[in-house]
Amino acid sequence: MTRSIRRKILFLFVILIGTVLLAITRGSVNLTLTELLLHENRPILYLRLARILMASLAGSGLAVSGVALQAVLRNSLAEPYILGTSSGAGLGAILAIIIGISSAYLPVVAFLGAILTTILVYSMASQGNKVGVQSLILSGVIISIALSAIIVFLVSMSSNEALHGMMWWLWGNLQVYDIRLLFIVAFIVILGIIAIFILAQDLNAISIGEEEAIHLGINTETTKKILFFITAMITASLVSICGIIGFVGLIVPHMMRLLVGPNHRVLIPATCLASAIFMIMCDMFSRTILSPLEIPIGVITALIGAPLFIILLKKKQRIK
Amino acid sequence: MQTLIDVNSLSGGYDKNLVIKDLSFEVKKGEFLGIIGPNGSGKSTLLKLMSRALVPRSGTIALEGKDIKSMDLKEFCRKTAFVPQDTVINFSFSVEEIVLMGRIPHLRRMQFETKKDFSIAHNALSLTDTLYIKDKEISELSAGERQRVVIAKALAQEPMLLFLDEPTSHLDIGHQAQILDLLKKMNREKDLTIVMVMHDLNLASEYCSRIILLDHGAIFKNDSPEEVLTYQNIETVYKTVVVVKKNPVSFKPYVILVSGERSGCPQE
Repeated sequence: MTRSIRRKILFLFVILIGTVLLAITRGSVNLTLTELLLHENRPILYLRLARILMASLAGSGLAVSGVALQAVLRNSLAEPYILGTSSGAGLGAILAIIIGISSAYLPVVAFLGAILTTILVYSMASQGNKVGVQSLILSGVIISIALSAIIVFLVSMSSNEALHGMMWWLWGNLQVYDIRLLFIVAFIVILGIIAIFILAQDLNAISIGEEEAIHLGINTETTKKILFFITAMITASLVSICGIIGFVGLIVPHMMRLLVGPNHRVLIPATCLASAIFMIMCDMFSRTILSPLEIPIGVITALIGAPLFIILLKKKQRIK
Repeated sequence: MQTLIDVNSLSGGYDKNLVIKDLSFEVKKGEFLGIIGPNGSGKSTLLKLMSRALVPRSGTIALEGKDIKSMDLKEFCRKTAFVPQDTVINFSFSVEEIVLMGRIPHLRRMQFETKKDFSIAHNALSLTDTLYIKDKEISELSAGERQRVVIAKALAQEPMLLFLDEPTSHLDIGHQAQILDLLKKMNREKDLTIVMVMHDLNLASEYCSRIILLDHGAIFKNDSPEEVLTYQNIETVYKTVVVVKKNPVSFKPYVILVSGERSGCPQE
């Protein structure tokens, strides 16, 4: 790791701390740090800290999954939801709402939906012991569209109340309803990110080609399976409690590749920090712009992410 | 000479399609072996089987007497390296980063490269004359430069055996000679054994110490260039009329194509 890259990571870390400090003081009521530490304001402090943790987990989990999938699929436009987790979780959630399962179990059903969909996508794409990259992208898209059609059908058949629940899924929400769920998700996401980081060198090799990786001593098929499993677990657990949050998994890895380069041993920590910053900021906007109304987080990430993405894309074209 | 690779009744291919059928041959230490044959004769498949990119259907391949199937993949990749025809890299790695990846088989998980790894990589860069572009992005390079970088990565693996699959087929005549001369030099000076699939019969003749001519997944001829590159062999396997002369400089066989209308034989 060169000195300039170490400095960039340190810089991101400092920004992250600054963002956290800013985000806990902002909300429907703005409080200073000393006010927050007062005894009567403790509940607000805890609530905001939980929310910041949720935002960081969602950002880092999605963006690092994005990095891993982009390397494995050798396509920098791959999204963490490409294996069908979002539509699977959505279908699970809507079925749960329609059947009338208690909302406490909603994340569990959504998680099951996401995992089952990923298994379906994966088995559709695999031939024998191998999984083709192209067929995986294709089956992911096809199944997502098919499930979305079922979701639309179910929503159009049911009452308004279910529709409202559905919006929550489509555009994401970082509200922490159950602190225990937050800790379970934190456990899965942090473990997953660490596991992906351990595989950083393998990701470098795989991103230049599957056969190239084999010739560097990496068991490509096994590594791919492990990575699909980890990213599916991360995105499924996140989508089951915060719904679909688009663009983070696409835009942050892209920006970080421009900042620190494509070497995954640096790219993963940088993406982890930057996506946490990005999500905490987006969440702060969503809570404060129209306070006390809250804008769904996915709206903010899309409104910031889409133009940013177009700028980056244009810039890249100009270089070529 | 010591036997480095021993291929024994090897068969393999893709799904139901058996491409390589019951092949047996040896590669001696320090050899420069060329594999030639028409399209679809199984050259690349054979190389994939030998380099563990493909699992054989039956038969064995032994490296220094050890079955490669039971060898740890990283250990295998410390002894052998592979250079493909062309490498398309979608991500903006620098040349130095790509060549350092050649050290992966020598590193433990989570271990960063040491000074020694950097000096080996730099050595490989200067051998392939790519040290001056080490900070450039791989996607900015010309095909010739990129192929030299990929060879540098393979050399950074410090292999005793190098597999190459038509490494010069996308390059102009100058770059072809440059790369093949480099390989010849590594072969002579560093005792690097080379197994190379080649399309160009004359380049194979010029550089290889031995040639295997494949036909429909089987060995048609396995001998010195003079014995393999005769007009009879080539006409039988490639179904093309040729004249074989001696190269006036190297005295190696030189294959000249005779176009259809001049050969006097009606084309099938």
